[in-house]
Amino acid sequence: MANHITLMNGTSVPVHSIPSLGIGEFSQWLTDELHNRARVCAFFAGPQENDSQNNRTSRMLYAVLARDAENSLAVAATPAPQAYPAFTPAMPALHLFERELYEETGIEPTGHPWLKPVRFPATPHGPAIGIADFFTVTGEDVHEVAVGPIHAGIIECGHFRFQCQGEVVMHLEISLGYHHRGIEKALQGGPTKRTLPFMETLAGDTTIGHSWAYSTIIEALAHLPVAPRGQALRAVALELERLANHTGDLGALAGDIGYLPTSAFCGRLRGDFLNITALLCGNRFGRNLVCPGGTAVAADAALCRTMVERLHLAAKDVEGAANLMWRTGSVLSRMMGIGTVPEKAARDLGLVGPAARASGLPCDARSTHPLPGMRGHDLHTHTLQAGDVFARATMRHKEIQESVAFITRMLQSLPEGEVYSHPTPGCSNTPPLAPHTLAVALVEGWRGEVCHVAMTGAQGNFARYKVMDPSFHNWIGLAMALRGQQISDFPLCNKSFNLSYCGHDL
Amino acid sequence: MLQTIAERLRQQYRTVPYPSAHPVLSERFMGRPHINAHTCTANAGCTACMEVCPTQALALQEGTLGLDMGRCTFCGKCAKACPQSALTFTKEYRLASSTRQGLWVFPSPEPADAPVPSQVQPFDHPMLPSLRRSCRLREVSAAGCNACEADCNVLGTIVFDLPRFGIDYVASPRHADGLLITGPLPRNMQLATQKCYTAVTPPKLVMAVGACAISGGLFSGLEAEGEGAPAHLTVNLFIPGCPPHPYTILDGMLRFLGKQVP
Repeated sequence: MANHITLMNGTSVPVHSIPSLGIGEFSQWLTDELHNRARVCAFFAGPQENDSQNNRTSRMLYAVLARDAENSLAVAATPAPQAYPAFTPAMPALHLFERELYEETGIEPTGHPWLKPVRFPATPHGPAIGIADFFTVTGEDVHEVAVGPIHAGIIECGHFRFQCQGEVVMHLEISLGYHHRGIEKALQGGPTKRTLPFMETLAGDTTIGHSWAYSTIIEALAHLPVAPRGQALRAVALELERLANHTGDLGALAGDIGYLPTSAFCGRLRGDFLNITALLCGNRFGRNLVCPGGTAVAADAALCRTMVERLHLAAKDVEGAANLMWRTGSVLSRMMGIGTVPEKAARDLGLVGPAARASGLPCDARSTHPLPGMRGHDLHTHTLQAGDVFARATMRHKEIQESVAFITRMLQSLPEGEVYSHPTPGCSNTPPLAPHTLAVALVEGWRGEVCHVAMTGAQGNFARYKVMDPSFHNWIGLAMALRGQQISDFPLCNKSFNLSYCGHDL
Repeated sequence: MLQTIAERLRQQYRTVPYPSAHPVLSERFMGRPHINAHTCTANAGCTACMEVCPTQALALQEGTLGLDMGRCTFCGKCAKACPQSALTFTKEYRLASSTRQGLWVFPSPEPADAPVPSQVQPFDHPMLPSLRRSCRLREVSAAGCNACEADCNVLGTIVFDLPRFGIDYVASPRHADGLLITGPLPRNMQLATQKCYTAVTPPKLVMAVGACAISGGLFSGLEAEGEGAPAHLTVNLFIPGCPPHPYTILDGMLRFLGKQVP
């Protein structure tokens, strides 16, 4: 029997078909896969099963891996022990997954170098938010800078501790959890009428990314075909989301450098892209746009033309704004060689999205794991080698250009037909889901890979629903980028990643 | 330098004519809900809208249907579900209220496009004349999803140019006249928000922006105890939406400071 089962993005497998390995075999399989061909998308404890015969409960640990070169996903499981030798020392990409596992279930990865709280959820014996065994450095000239949870600008909340010697940051520790709203737990037993709205607000700047992933999960579990026109409109909306956020981040980077022309231009242009999304669904963030089966909104030829016209006006101004920055030596010197994440570190830590691509990793789920009906629509995946702030900034610019071309192509040749396949438009009631089934959906959001994994119980409701925002993978990348840098480089490094707090904290 | 000037000329002056002109909103914008008193049959037992609402924003109050904009995410599912088409969403973006009760919408015999009086009263405080010239706000994202945050942030761009109204976001609560809160304020943000509020200088205004900050919105009733700002602080201005449109936020702020608005 194979030691894993493979599936494609946006499909499902019966839970009983997932091979159950001994913990040693499981560890060996993980090591072999991660060192040779795969990345980790998800690692989590499955639902608690009641074993009435032995009068105890049991659960399984699941790992979902992406084999990018083979365009497939691999899944395996192991019965959860009370404790097991941590995988993190050999596979650092699992470091946060194991911390999460310990926090949620008490299953202890022994020998984990960093077994601290992740989200500080409400548990009777858990520590209060912010009470953690922070890493400290002692010695002459060493000092500590603590920032947050509330930061200086209008941004989400999190706590950062810098261990510095003089101006040089030796280590940055990031402690989150302030945005924990308890969504993942609330998803269990669903879907309910709140489920789709929860998805749209997991990370409000990635509404399309998460609502598309969720809709894909429902389509896989209900064997619901997606309307081709709806799927194409989702892809358009996803790229609009990318355009708005990448443009906003280019402006924010310019602002942090103190280069105000690009900052001012991009601040406006970000809104122009959001307003194109609002043309489609009435909401600037793409709420009420995606639903299982397709989209809840339609677009006729006239609307598509208007969207393309406005897209090109905004795109031309973004080019102007970005090129000003690239032609200004003082801006470039502020970005180049700052906050470098080498390719090996990016791979070992499992970084995703533009941050990974800027460090040379060609991972982009749009190309390697196209969703049903999206094959052949993939975009060119750019990679850069430097891995510094400049690479992450220019990566945004390249992706803006790709997205503009992609949206234009899509809107000029939308498939004919309805935008939804579901009998009730807007999907106010979800079709019945296959029981005891596991489904996986990967969507390449603007920050990187959005991964949802759902497992249904006997009645076809969610026994477990796992959400991996790309930020979950990438926060450690920001910490690594700061090593050996000046503390004044932090705003730049931070903006070059622009990670989600609420997407991490859920 | 010359290239910068040339690009600036090419990109033109982009600050909106508001408040001397009405804002231009998307055709599909969902604003203030309207319940037609002539056709709504909720008092005769119809529950179609209440059943589909994800946030329990619709409820019967003494036999009459009411819609609480403080909970509403403006998803429009109720309008689609209404068998009488009695519930519609208008393009009215001026939604803010000085009171929590002012966010309730009840069946109206008036047509949907009839003007609705604003529920915002200018801040009743001796400092209002000073605040009208300079009002500094400390934004606290109390577990917001970054959409309300983005639409507060956007007011600072050249499009809206918030400082021309004398309103500014500041980094330190010591420099602030009040807090602008987004997000449901769950347990993990309560201590930090309380400390921030303590540090704010009088008159310690509190503005709750978005359904989460007003009532917990979607996250009300979850284990993380995010029930919104009113559970912890006295709120002076409520700005509903999920997220509120930037013009909804701006309109609310300007009315609250007793300024001219369209």
